[in-house]
Amino acid sequence: MTDLSAAGSSPLGRTRRSILIASPEMKRRNRVEARFKYYGIAAIAVSLAILALMLFIIVRDGTSAFVQAKLTFPVTLDASVLDPKGNGNRDEMAKVTTIGYGKVLTASFLAALQAKGIDLGEASEKDAAAMISKDAPGQLRAQVLADPSLLGKTIEVTVLAGGRIDGYLKGRVTMDTAQRDGNVTPEQLVLADKLIAAGMLAKKLNLQFLTLPDASDQRPEAAGLGVALVGSLYMMLMVAVMCVPVGVAASIYLEEFAPKNRWTDLIEVNIANLAAVPSIVFGILGLAVFINFMEFPQSSSLVGALVISLMTMPTIIIATRSAIKAVPPSIRDAALGVGASRMQTVFHHVLPLAMPGILTGAILGLASALGETAPLLLIGMVAFVDNYPGAPLDGFGDPATALPVQVYSWASRSDPAFIERSNGAIIVLLVFLLIMNVSAILLRRKFERRW
Amino acid sequence: MTVLLLLLILAAIAAAGFVLGRRRALARAGGNPKLLHSLPAYYGWHAALMSLLPAVLLMILWVIAQPIIVQRAVTDTLPAAMTADPTALELTMADVRRLAAGLDAAVAGGQMTENEASMLRTEFTDVRDKLARVGVALGSAVTHDVLSAAQEYREITAQFALWRMIVVIAVAVLGLIYALAVTKPDLWARNRVERVMLGLLMLASTIAILTTVGIIWSLFSESVNFFRQYPFTEFFFGLTWSPNFRGGSQLGFLPLLWGTLYITLISMVVAVPLGLFAAIYLAEYASKRVRAWVKPLIEVIAGIPTVVFGLFALITVGPFLRDYFAQPLGLGNSGSSVMTAGIVIGILNIPFISSLSDDIINSVPQSLRDGSFGIGATKSETVKQVILPAALPGIMGAVLMAASRAIGETMIVTMGAGAAAKLSLNPFEAMTTMTVKIVGQLTGDTDFAAPETLVAFALGITLFVITLGLNVFALWIVRTYREQYE
Repeated sequence: MTDLSAAGSSPLGRTRRSILIASPEMKRRNRVEARFKYYGIAAIAVSLAILALMLFIIVRDGTSAFVQAKLTFPVTLDASVLDPKGNGNRDEMAKVTTIGYGKVLTASFLAALQAKGIDLGEASEKDAAAMISKDAPGQLRAQVLADPSLLGKTIEVTVLAGGRIDGYLKGRVTMDTAQRDGNVTPEQLVLADKLIAAGMLAKKLNLQFLTLPDASDQRPEAAGLGVALVGSLYMMLMVAVMCVPVGVAASIYLEEFAPKNRWTDLIEVNIANLAAVPSIVFGILGLAVFINFMEFPQSSSLVGALVISLMTMPTIIIATRSAIKAVPPSIRDAALGVGASRMQTVFHHVLPLAMPGILTGAILGLASALGETAPLLLIGMVAFVDNYPGAPLDGFGDPATALPVQVYSWASRSDPAFIERSNGAIIVLLVFLLIMNVSAILLRRKFERRW
Repeated sequence: MTVLLLLLILAAIAAAGFVLGRRRALARAGGNPKLLHSLPAYYGWHAALMSLLPAVLLMILWVIAQPIIVQRAVTDTLPAAMTADPTALELTMADVRRLAAGLDAAVAGGQMTENEASMLRTEFTDVRDKLARVGVALGSAVTHDVLSAAQEYREITAQFALWRMIVVIAVAVLGLIYALAVTKPDLWARNRVERVMLGLLMLASTIAILTTVGIIWSLFSESVNFFRQYPFTEFFFGLTWSPNFRGGSQLGFLPLLWGTLYITLISMVVAVPLGLFAAIYLAEYASKRVRAWVKPLIEVIAGIPTVVFGLFALITVGPFLRDYFAQPLGLGNSGSSVMTAGIVIGILNIPFISSLSDDIINSVPQSLRDGSFGIGATKSETVKQVILPAALPGIMGAVLMAASRAIGETMIVTMGAGAAAKLSLNPFEAMTTMTVKIVGQLTGDTDFAAPETLVAFALGITLFVITLGLNVFALWIVRTYREQYE
């Protein structure tokens, strides 16, 4: 008692406490408070900064895949070489291989250099010829075979320059690296400078990046996303057709009809666990069941789509179920009340009302399916495919690759030119993902209903 | 594509069934739909289903059974020497099938008439050469027996295809006739149709179970094969991983487990503080507007494919860590390292942890906060001493699930962690994980009899058990220790 009164009544013995004046203790606590808050801001800032950095690097390194160094010069299509029989018969002309066209290109290129008065300098004629991409003769051949009337004429062609020359224009290859590089000589780079000055060599838009098939290690400049885009498109089509209806049907059953029993519980547990199974395990499943056991064609988009469908199914089921759950019971009661059967209630009332939510979930599920890589590696879609798969139904069984797999396979090649391609492929992939996500958000905004 | 054609015909029959069933029901009711038990369209659906269902079922059975029956029939025509042991039989049958497919291609391409294909004789033609010109490459020269077996195979297959068509269409038509025969005003068509629909819905829901069964079966059967060839104890307790396709490989699992756990640990060290602090800020401090912008932005990280993170690890994070940390510190000069993969997986897991934790923190009732503020605690004290303890089971669950994702992550480690299996403490050294080795052993040329390939399945089942175990454990923690609020 004495203690208490002593403490309370001695204004001098102890500093007065007031909530208006911060005590040191309070100041410390406030500092902790501020620090704690900044930790949170810092965590968010770091996460978003890394995201921004990653996207920045991809865009910085990837956009150059859409432009390509190209050589422009007149080519004289020498009929005596390209059509030895001289009768303009396409079958006969097809016997001239790309080697023949390569010779024509080289001769014309050297002639063009001479005509423009460009001195080869220390570069040999072979060096100069090697600046043209190894893919160019093939493209010229296709052009001539498509239009034999070009024979004997002199046409202005724009062909791809070699990968290293392209790298030089983009700053990837310098005089320094050329010294040590077996695929390019400094003399070629000097010549490239002269060609740029003469307007024969320039960076030009390269939309063929989106259409050409993959190319071998030696020809990074000709590698494109064509097969990967077709493969991804086929897979997404099949996933949409196989996975969405089955997923929606399963959700309807579980949400509206399933009795509460062990079997239903088992299904529920399975769905929850499947959503957490690593994607690579689905790859093993695809390899063992679809390829080894059922003997479906390896590397085909069909098997890829089956595996990805199984993987995406839990996502779609979870999204659909929450969309169905969001439809208020009063709707069902009203429908049942006017004499609809349960099936009619679901299909005439609940499902249409849940449709925006289902579609949103389906689009998001497909978006994550589009970026899936690991299982596709196991079923052989990482193989080098430079033939386009055929038209649908039969083409579903043809070997194909997919966009994310192409990113991986280019990234694992040694030539740095492929890293640029890899980043370019990521840009394409991200654009598709962006479109899908934005459309899902718009769909949700437009049709979302608050009950 | 005879199967496709058949399906189209079936669809046409079903469509006709719909129209006929509906019309017949109305006709039997004298054109007055009120006399019908169900709405007229249900009679149509009834007829369509009756024609379609049995036919499709039969077709599926047929497609499964046909290869087995054909194989048996063809085997009988081959000389006994070629069919003596199962391996030889399999090889011969593969030859037969390839040759038959080649002949089909030749006929389809117009290089051979149907007649020529069935009359080919090895005595008179070099079949291999002839098919090579059509673009069908055959491994070995074609023997007389194989050729005649292939011709037999083609003949039987063609016959079967024809019969399949006839029988399936007949079943469809019979189903339709039956449906039309029973269609009368007091047929409970709607109930019948709905029962079939319910069956289909139920079938769809079992796909989850089938998938699990498929996963377990595929992992298990090949793992059993593996452990038959490679001792169980050496796999689980071996300290060396050096597969060698010429035999004598050491397939110790511990270095892989160590790499996996080390990378997971580092990723958690990155992801847990960042994700948790981000979640706390978003849930407790951020204004509504900030939250509406920042939360989706962080979730963008989760929407980016992992292969993109893999490339980021390979060309940005890896070289950066090597040049600024590993080399100056003298800890090695490898771009791909445990650190690289760990950090990048950590980044990938930030949104996962922050979203889950955010939900959990938000579900702590407001009354707890109010009580804490009421006795004078600051916001951070409330978070640390009231909210986090209340949310702890949920957050633990989220962290464990994130760890299970990190363990199963494939692309980032494949591109960022390296391929050398090592037991080392140096985080800047390249190590490898179970997932990397699954990809490594199963891509390229694989021989499903060799333990070097089969080990991937053993790794797969271990991975499956570990991730599943972690998830079940996470759920158990959440269930057992969750605080129940009114």
